[in-house]
Amino acid sequence: MSRAMKDRLIWAVTFLVMLIICLPGLWVVLSAFRTNGEILTKPAVWIPQNLTLDNFRAIFGLGENVLAIPVGSYFLNSLVISVTSTVLAVMIGMSGGYAFARHRFPGKSGAFLWLMLSRTVPGIALSLPLFILWSWIGLIDTKLGVIVVYTAINVPFTVWLTEGFFRQVPRDLSEAAQIDGCTPWQAFWKVEFPLARSGIASAGIFAFLTSWNEYALASQLTRSTDSKTLPVGLMDFTAQFTIDWAGMCAMAVIIIIPALILTFLVQKHLIAGLTFGGVKG
Amino acid sequence: MTRLRRYARDHAVPLALLSPAVLVILLVVLLPLLFSFYTSFSNYRLIRPDSLWDWVGFRNYLRVLGDGDFWSAFGRTVLFLTVALNLEMLLGLGLALMVNRITWGQRTMRTIMMFPMMFSPILVGFQFKYLFNDTIGLVNNALQSLGLASEPIPFLVDRWLAFAAIAFAEIWMSTSIFAILILAGLFAMPKDPIEAARVDGCSNWQVFRHITLPFLMPFIYIAMTIRSLDVARAYDIVDVMTGGGPAGRTELLWTLIARTAYDDARMGRANAMAYFSILLSIFFTWFFFRKLMAARRHLGAF
Repeated sequence: MSRAMKDRLIWAVTFLVMLIICLPGLWVVLSAFRTNGEILTKPAVWIPQNLTLDNFRAIFGLGENVLAIPVGSYFLNSLVISVTSTVLAVMIGMSGGYAFARHRFPGKSGAFLWLMLSRTVPGIALSLPLFILWSWIGLIDTKLGVIVVYTAINVPFTVWLTEGFFRQVPRDLSEAAQIDGCTPWQAFWKVEFPLARSGIASAGIFAFLTSWNEYALASQLTRSTDSKTLPVGLMDFTAQFTIDWAGMCAMAVIIIIPALILTFLVQKHLIAGLTFGGVKG
Repeated sequence: MTRLRRYARDHAVPLALLSPAVLVILLVVLLPLLFSFYTSFSNYRLIRPDSLWDWVGFRNYLRVLGDGDFWSAFGRTVLFLTVALNLEMLLGLGLALMVNRITWGQRTMRTIMMFPMMFSPILVGFQFKYLFNDTIGLVNNALQSLGLASEPIPFLVDRWLAFAAIAFAEIWMSTSIFAILILAGLFAMPKDPIEAARVDGCSNWQVFRHITLPFLMPFIYIAMTIRSLDVARAYDIVDVMTGGGPAGRTELLWTLIARTAYDDARMGRANAMAYFSILLSIFFTWFFFRKLMAARRHLGAF
């Protein structure tokens, strides 16, 4: 086989593999625009006969058939919880990451390890004591209760990522700014922060996605429309007598869209962030 | 005391900067874990609040260790992780090597490769619950339309098929993490040693085995470490796909904890189990972190 032929073959195989990877997701997206009648038909209908937006209308209560599941409030809850906990986690993480990147103190590597170990606790194991404690202090089934938890589980990762990005900013720049009369506080915001900004933004997007997608903790700490998030709300569909597959697919599309956009934006930093410290040390 | 005060004075700035992070983790992770450690020695049941003070010593742990359901869930979890992590690593390596070979449209392929990373575990679980459904699922419909199966195959009911379906979902979700990180390693790899080896007459396999693979090992271990941080994500997938059922046949450690704690309301015993799951996660992370450090040292040697 010639080299060009071989290259073309590898390309074709790669393309095929990518297609298989994408197929399940695309099938769900397609189903979101179909009717339940068509999904349930036997033998299977492969080519959609009529595509419709009814599933989305039903979710937001715009069409004739209204869903019993308040996806609108779940969406709002998810948004409020994810944004607030992300802002908090980034601020706390930036402060901690800066301490690790710029200061020497005894017990530094130990502290870093403990921070990371706190991230390994499985969500469901952590949910048990939190469920009891939050019930006692009245944080169960509140947005605040979930926000506090998500902030804490995001902090180790934001510390890790921002530490890496701050380490890339040369130390001399801040020192030069301070010689020119800046206070350390000013030097940080005027010199170091702008240089690390894109890295910090990607740490924020990571934190947002973690909160947006989290299920194990939220499924136990939320109970009603006051605080239920989208992933927890998705399970409402399975509690019904007959599963509304098309509705579930539409809700899946609503959950995936923000994640899709954000992951696409951050993909370059994603790789840089994840390999940090791994090879360069 | 004076030593502590001097330490605080000498390192006031980094300590102040770190304190919010330490505080929030102390309050939301460490204190609750200490509390759950206590409850694992009590006969605490959610429906009887005063049972929290009912100290039973090691009884919960002894019951858990003597419980057949626990050991079968534990064994299934270890088997699940072994199968999933190894396949993810091998498939990710294959995918990365393929994408690295192609020149036309490589960026697009790389973006497509990251597609599963955008899915939350709960969505992945739902997606495969839908695809593997025995009446309306894509897989069964395809098999029947092609005439490969006359009866619908109960993917999520049969013990081993359900296990395979859940493992498939997990592998679909996480292979791209391996592929992306290994690809980053391939991009970072110096070309000189490979060319030198070719000149010396090494075969493709020898180049891969003795040059490419050792160089990629740290990247593989980074991926393993990142993955082992959140192995418990499988809880979401199992919860939505089968709920641990039918009759506990797909129960993993994490779903068993949830059932014991919330459905049976046996908080004490569930917390004892939770400590096993925490130790399992820490063990996996520590193990791969050690391997990562060793691989980096090895790499630094040449």
